[in-house]
Amino acid sequence: MCLAVPMKVLEIQGDPDDFLSDQVALVDIDGISKEIRLDIVDRWPDVGDYLIIHAGFAIHTLEPEEAEENIRLMQQMAAATDIPDNPSEMP
Amino acid sequence: MKYLDEFRDENLAAPLLQELHRTFSKPFRVMEVCGTHTMSIFRNGLRSLLPKGLKLISGPGCPVCVTSAAHIDAILAIAEQTNMRIALFGDLLRVPGSTGLSLANGSAKGAKVDVVYSPMDALEIARSHPDEMIVFPGVGFETTTPGIAATILAADNCGIDNFTVFSTHKVMPPPLLALLDDPDLKIDALLCPGHVSTIIGASAYVPLAETYKLACVVGGFESADILQAMIMLAKQINRGESKVENAYTRAVRWEGNRRAQQMTAAIFEPVDMEWRGLGYIPQSGLGIRSKYKHYDAVTRLGINLIPAAEPKGCLCGEILKGKKEPPACPLYGKRCTPGTPVGPCMVSSEGTCAAFYTYGG
Ligand code: SF4
Repeated sequence: MCLAVPMKVLEIQGDPDDFLSDQVALVDIDGISKEIRLDIVDRWPDVGDYLIIHAGFAIHTLEPEEAEENIRLMQQMAAATDIPDNPSEMP
Repeated sequence: MKYLDEFRDENLAAPLLQELHRTFSKPFRVMEVCGTHTMSIFRNGLRSLLPKGLKLISGPGCPVCVTSAAHIDAILAIAEQTNMRIALFGDLLRVPGSTGLSLANGSAKGAKVDVVYSPMDALEIARSHPDEMIVFPGVGFETTTPGIAATILAADNCGIDNFTVFSTHKVMPPPLLALLDDPDLKIDALLCPGHVSTIIGASAYVPLAETYKLACVVGGFESADILQAMIMLAKQINRGESKVENAYTRAVRWEGNRRAQQMTAAIFEPVDMEWRGLGYIPQSGLGIRSKYKHYDAVTRLGINLIPAAEPKGCLCGEILKGKKEPPACPLYGKRCTPGTPVGPCMVSSEGTCAAFYTYGG
């Protein structure tokens, strides 16, 4: 049921404070644009943001800092045994 | 693709696996609660790569698999009535009810069935078929329910009359409590579901961790995500800790998604719910509040749940409890395959039997 692929926002319609307006984002899926509902998203996205989507609804707007923190922790754990070829690239 | 490729990098998963082997020092049993985790673990062949002594148990987190035979029978009974059209998520199509028949057989007999990707699509079908009643079987956990709540609200706002939801929605913490109270089932750690946690927040597992002295880590769905979560669990086990940690910070916050929580609470209220294999669990389901009963298939169509036996010989109940593995079922791979499923654990792509069959135990 869960798609782990975050999708990029191309366009936004509707008013975040008005549930009666059609709250919709156009997102890019492999070059095809698709309408995704924003009724339940945690943070109202901007164009260019990435969304996590479930059954046609955005459930989370990715925060770049949170994603970077995520990958940094992983790389740190991975580096515990593996000495990277280019250590200067490690955080 | 951004926010995806970097987490799928082979240069990440391989050293994380080494680090897991290095960290692992005490055997433990971890339940992966979510069907999407089960599938990812099999698809990526992680089971055979994990340290010996790190035992994975698949939990009750495949929404189709835990839908009771009585609920499936009720959906089949609605489909047989004239002027009814069932709009549903595709993985429900082939789940057999107590007689062994499914909606896939039913639609061959003339029942009107549409597979939709989103509940909003079902509302569109209602708009374009004003002479029929559209019934949407609401199946899913905390991730799915807010979208269905938003769809009911949209139906109400637009005055759409011929749309109802048959709610068999379930919430995740109560069945975990029921399983953890079972003295036969020894679990030391939980790999907490990814996107259920996006909605309910990592904090939702604190009572579980404290009461049952469980190590809990919320994890994402890529190999690297799962390995990272396992390393964090192994470290907790080594230190004798039982706390909640979040390894999936790009999708999950401590407090969850408040907006989605409010949407669900506006439309739904807690009810007792039957789970396949687990029986009735108090307050583990969500029913539609009386304010929105116009959209409730149970009141609108007068649905009566008739207790129903599970398909004969099917061990899904034991499998969903994590007590047995699919090859222990005498039907597994013989009468029951993904092409000819006998039980729901073989129908859903997230079911443990389907995962075992497709990718090998
Ligand atoms: S193999 Fe089929 S019959 Fe056996 S437990 Fe799994 S779904 Fe049920």
